[in-house]
Amino acid sequence: MDKKRLALPYVIWASIFVVVPVLIIVYYSFFDKGIFTLQGYKQVLNPRYLGNIMDSIGIAFISTVICLVLAYPLAMILSSKEMSAKGIILLLVILPMWMNSLLRTYAWGYLLQDTGVVNSLLSSMGLPTMQFLYKKSAIVFGNVYNFFPFMVLPIYNVLCKIDKNVIEASYDLGADKFTTFKRIILPLSMPGVITGIVMVFMPALTTFLVSRLLGGGKTTLLGDLIEQQFNKTGDWAFGSALSVILMIIILITLVFMSKKDSFDKGGGLF
Amino acid sequence: MRKLSRLFLGMALAGTMAITLTGCGNNDDKPVVKVFNWGDYIDPEVNKIFEEETGIRVIYSEFGTNEEMFQKLEPGNVSYDIAIPSDYMIEKMINNDMLEPIDVTKLTNYPKIDERFKNLPYDPNNQYSIPYMWGTVGIIYNTTMVEEPVDSWNALWDERYAGKIFVYDSEREGIMAALKKLGYSMNTRDPKELEEAKQELIKQAPLVLSYVGDEGKGKMISGEAALMMAWAGDAMVMTEENPDLAFALPKEGTNFFVDAIVVPKGAENLENAYKYIDFLCRPDIAAKNAEYIGYSTPISEARALLPEEIRNSEVAYPSEEETDKMEMFTDPSDVIKLYSSIWMEAKSSASQ
Repeated sequence: MDKKRLALPYVIWASIFVVVPVLIIVYYSFFDKGIFTLQGYKQVLNPRYLGNIMDSIGIAFISTVICLVLAYPLAMILSSKEMSAKGIILLLVILPMWMNSLLRTYAWGYLLQDTGVVNSLLSSMGLPTMQFLYKKSAIVFGNVYNFFPFMVLPIYNVLCKIDKNVIEASYDLGADKFTTFKRIILPLSMPGVITGIVMVFMPALTTFLVSRLLGGGKTTLLGDLIEQQFNKTGDWAFGSALSVILMIIILITLVFMSKKDSFDKGGGLF
Repeated sequence: MRKLSRLFLGMALAGTMAITLTGCGNNDDKPVVKVFNWGDYIDPEVNKIFEEETGIRVIYSEFGTNEEMFQKLEPGNVSYDIAIPSDYMIEKMINNDMLEPIDVTKLTNYPKIDERFKNLPYDPNNQYSIPYMWGTVGIIYNTTMVEEPVDSWNALWDERYAGKIFVYDSEREGIMAALKKLGYSMNTRDPKELEEAKQELIKQAPLVLSYVGDEGKGKMISGEAALMMAWAGDAMVMTEENPDLAFALPKEGTNFFVDAIVVPKGAENLENAYKYIDFLCRPDIAAKNAEYIGYSTPISEARALLPEEIRNSEVAYPSEEETDKMEMFTDPSDVIKLYSSIWMEAKSSASQ
């Protein structure tokens, strides 16, 4: 009983600032000036906007995969006992998060531009310069850079919690390193991996500034499209319909991921 | 129903903002004036001087686009005493009955505003708005990359500068350049002319390095691109930072705009709003602002107080003869969705 009461402030907070706004978004996706309409959803079916949605999912997916591939080995190294610089490396992973991600993205926009620091360094070493920005790969880079810590931390957390005796038992029973990894460590770390995937995929799917600042505004993502409907076009029905679609995509992802029953097993951030 | 949900939305979206605002207003009995202006569009010292002289505290917020400002001023959202939108947006707000009439006889400095900026089509009798700044739109270019002087919108379609062109990510300005290049009015509603403009923008897309927002200014200064569309006021600041940059007004004509001070309906501190408007129109204050932000003041007496290189600059102060050839935007409400879809199509053709 007491425990329930402690949750009350958050329940009130969540209903005012989460539930009510979501309901209002759903309302506006169906009603334009008080009249019921499906116009917003019809517009979503326009091939151009479907293309924007596919672009968003594709870029978020690739960013998540790259994060995972980079983060897993790092988390493994960090969680191993012999690692002495653990604290420093963890700090380095978290440090950028002390600064607002918008500022960091602006900074990359200048560092990586054609006449930026990175290219000047390349050319001063006699190497050919490269165009880093103004394309889709730049958006992926921005996402990976911004959301990498959200992948490392949950995996690291789970790996640390694995009982070392289980791993030793595996070796005692004759398994080599690869088999131990495949049969013991990887399955036990899945909750962390899944949390990491969700924590990276969701913000990568909804981002809107990275595409503008690093992608040169040529690739319009879902987030950009929604922002535009409210701040420029004033088409609330379409903007709300897009937001509802976005929420559905995220819900599907969550349902799919939680099927792998991970959330209650201490994936770290949840 | 709509009103009610608006109210809720207003509460939810601007919740924190409203709390801070009313919170600020209540923690002492000092009179206040709530001002809503473009980002980076005032000399911060001006507000301090106003507070010292009148004892009225200025609660100051900024917006990034006219449309954003419009959404935030809709009934049920936050209330302001002063806002400073652009011409066509003022027309839209008048049409939507969102503005309080202004009694110019209460403004001692109103007669100092030049006649050519009064009674413009967006507000024929200056019933609702007092001119704050004005300017033009042109092309800023880097003379180390562009050899011949630029004098036409065609420069933004020139294949020699492929991959060296920045386009402002704003449908109004983007489509305006295409329409002017074709020799049409920037306010056309003719579907055929707009279709032609769309084809022009699709032709332009492969040449574009990036569709930029405010970061474009810094990137032009650092020499990242050769050409970009720019407002004259921004061009003043940019050419000062990088002397290789030059500004040109295209011969096909361009946009002439006025940003003006309005009082939104529901303003709570009307009297203070009048004091603030009158203060902004005082020549020494107007000059201070004009010098700081780089845009052009509509008050001759203020212009006379500016440093010579600004006062006599052809970029900041083109002759009346030239501005007469330019066009002002009108309220786009009825074509805004068409504009959006044209712009989206043009931009997405660049992503392949």
